Amino acid sequence: MKYFALDNTGKGVLEMERRVYMDHAATTYIKQEVMEEMMPYFTEKFGNPSSVHSFGREARKAVDMARDRTAKALNASGDEIYFTGGGSESDNWAIKGIAQANKHKGNHIITSSIEHHAVLYTCQYLEKMGFEVTYLPVDQYGLVNPDDVKRAITDKTILISIMFANNEIGTIQPVKEIGQIAKEHGVYFHTDAVQAAGHLPIDVKDMNIDLLSLSAHKFYGPKGVGALYIRKGVRVHPLMHGGAQERNRRAGTENLPGIVGLGKAIELAYENLEDSSRKLTAMRDRLISGIMERIDNVRLNGHPTKRLPGNANLSFEYIEGESLLLSLDMKGIAASSGSACTSGSLDPSHVLLAIGLTHEIAHGSLRLTLGDDNTDQDIDYVLEVLPDIVQRLRNMSPLFVQHKGEKYYV
Amino acid sequence: MNTNRVVVGMSGGVDSSVAAYILKQQGYEVIGVTMQIWPSDDPDVVEREGGCCSLTAVEDARRVANHLGIPFYVMNFQQVFDEKVISYFVDEYIKGRTPNPCIMCNRYIKFEELLRRSMALDAYYVATGHYARIEYDDQKQRYLLKKSVTPAKDQTYALYTMTQYQLKHTLMPLGNYTKEQVREIAEKSGLVTANKPDSQEICFVKDDDYAGFVQDRASGPVAPGYFVDTQGNVLGKHKGIIHYTIGQRKGLGISLGHPMYVVDIDPENNTVILGRDHEVYSREMLVDDVNLISVTSIDSPIRASVKIRYTAKEAPATIYPYEDDTLRVVFDEPQRAITPGQAAVIYQDDLVVGGGIIAKAVK
Repeated sequence: MKYFALDNTGKGVLEMERRVYMDHAATTYIKQEVMEEMMPYFTEKFGNPSSVHSFGREARKAVDMARDRTAKALNASGDEIYFTGGGSESDNWAIKGIAQANKHKGNHIITSSIEHHAVLYTCQYLEKMGFEVTYLPVDQYGLVNPDDVKRAITDKTILISIMFANNEIGTIQPVKEIGQIAKEHGVYFHTDAVQAAGHLPIDVKDMNIDLLSLSAHKFYGPKGVGALYIRKGVRVHPLMHGGAQERNRRAGTENLPGIVGLGKAIELAYENLEDSSRKLTAMRDRLISGIMERIDNVRLNGHPTKRLPGNANLSFEYIEGESLLLSLDMKGIAASSGSACTSGSLDPSHVLLAIGLTHEIAHGSLRLTLGDDNTDQDIDYVLEVLPDIVQRLRNMSPLFVQHKGEKYYV
Repeated sequence: MNTNRVVVGMSGGVDSSVAAYILKQQGYEVIGVTMQIWPSDDPDVVEREGGCCSLTAVEDARRVANHLGIPFYVMNFQQVFDEKVISYFVDEYIKGRTPNPCIMCNRYIKFEELLRRSMALDAYYVATGHYARIEYDDQKQRYLLKKSVTPAKDQTYALYTMTQYQLKHTLMPLGNYTKEQVREIAEKSGLVTANKPDSQEICFVKDDDYAGFVQDRASGPVAPGYFVDTQGNVLGKHKGIIHYTIGQRKGLGISLGHPMYVVDIDPENNTVILGRDHEVYSREMLVDDVNLISVTSIDSPIRASVKIRYTAKEAPATIYPYEDDTLRVVFDEPQRAITPGQAAVIYQDDLVVGGGIIAKAVK
């Protein structure tokens, strides 16, 4: 698909590929304001925040400002925010750190079956170390039932880890209710808020959250930097040992420009939260209903309303998500069929299986996640291109059944 | 369908890389695809070199694709590979036969599943780095499969299952090149894989330990049984029929004062039949599951030469129609170790007439 645009001199036209990015749950671009705030910390303000001299002090000041901005976004205080290398590190630290520090109290962890792999695989690792893990089921919308959480708690339970919002299907969990239950039973509550932070209102006090993971590149900040909120007084062992950074709890020289970017990005996100959320929700609903009107045998995965503003996840019967994804890519549309992994390969998603989809239907799933750069024209373009692709792929499957059926040397 | 678009199956090795390069030079819109056929979370796969499907292979192929400036995707073939290749491989050994999994991979994975998924991307062709030629014969109105111009590298033996439909939708750009030319192209065009060694082993079996692999995958323990001679006299105990193949002499763990060879395997009685060297030879065999390429059928005897394993030389023979889907092959000279489960491929000069799976040697 080619389209014409003015070149950067304003004269003439350039023929270029149309590209539409609808994979914001995988990662986002860095916003200009964020980038500008980061720039000096690569060059002139490059000091090590642990150094005594003026270079160190100005770096330290920047880190603390980012810390305060992050704390404000979550209704926490600055000394409860610890910067990390990203969402996966925050999840690993929270779960392993709580498990190690509290194993004298018990060895039981409660989580859900639709967590991100950073949580699931960490729990599986702890199982090998002698911990016991309950993986709670979810309903057809991907919701955890708070009563299930309550019932799963034993006198050995030390941690409940339930994600704030799901990365694949966008379902928002009843975090406040779960937090309340955890508090009543004296169990720590961690939530993986990597998809929620910057997109949904979060109040760690009101929601009784003890630990919360977030990652900057999901809300227009840089990659490779995240944070873990640890409520004051919560016992957590460190994951990284070494220097005394992050109040002795996370060793390693701070990723200064990254942390500055995280702070700016989260501040911006919460300044614009209502506007952005309203706009994204409207576009998302138009995208979902537009697809459902134009294409038969489609189902929406996740909850119709309790879902992330930018998330649309749909299953198309009789086709493979892989072919759909690649065909969209060839039309310049960046989507996803689950979570991206290192090899870029596509497995049936554990989340879609957990909400009751069959393997076949789960394979035919597509995730489109909208962001602040998307426009109504982008939605139109997807609605124009997608039905043809789905039709072509559906037309092909019976053809191949016929082909396979024939005597094969004919 | 877009007749200018081609999906190249890329292993990260020199052959498929150069195939992609040549097609791009020829003006095709080339898309690189690596087939992931093995669970990606198996740490062994990450470590292992050479297999066409390891994570290293994926990364190598990705680098090549980036170098060539073509789109690159990893496609997941784990389930279909497990069903069509690995299960088949295991079942055949348990039946006392010696399978060729590469042929099944070509048949079901590359030229059926990969082709299907390529067409889903609106590509008319799939391409591979095989050393073989595909030509259309106007008179016969058939697609023909011909040997590579370099006999030493010819890979048609593993391609005889290709249907007319598959041949029509397949490109094998290396068929007219020698291995040296291919390496030269790779080096000149700066492909990073230029010095990678050819892969040899079966990609999913570690350390060539077929029996161990089959035992791991089998539903129950593989039972030991008896070695017997051709008269049925018991000679000793064997470890289970999956450990043996026709013609084998080493590793029998039995000493009778003269060399003994596996001449047959009887899965029903769980026996391995041993004999003297001359008893390993047969002049005749039955071949079933037949696919024909240069002809539509064999209704009367034809003269041809037949290759009975990847490393065997072709031997002159007469091919007789037998039953539906089955041919009888009578060699001019007795052949050593005709092995059920292996492919027999029929040639007339450089033309692949067809082929099938050896059902049994006729004594």
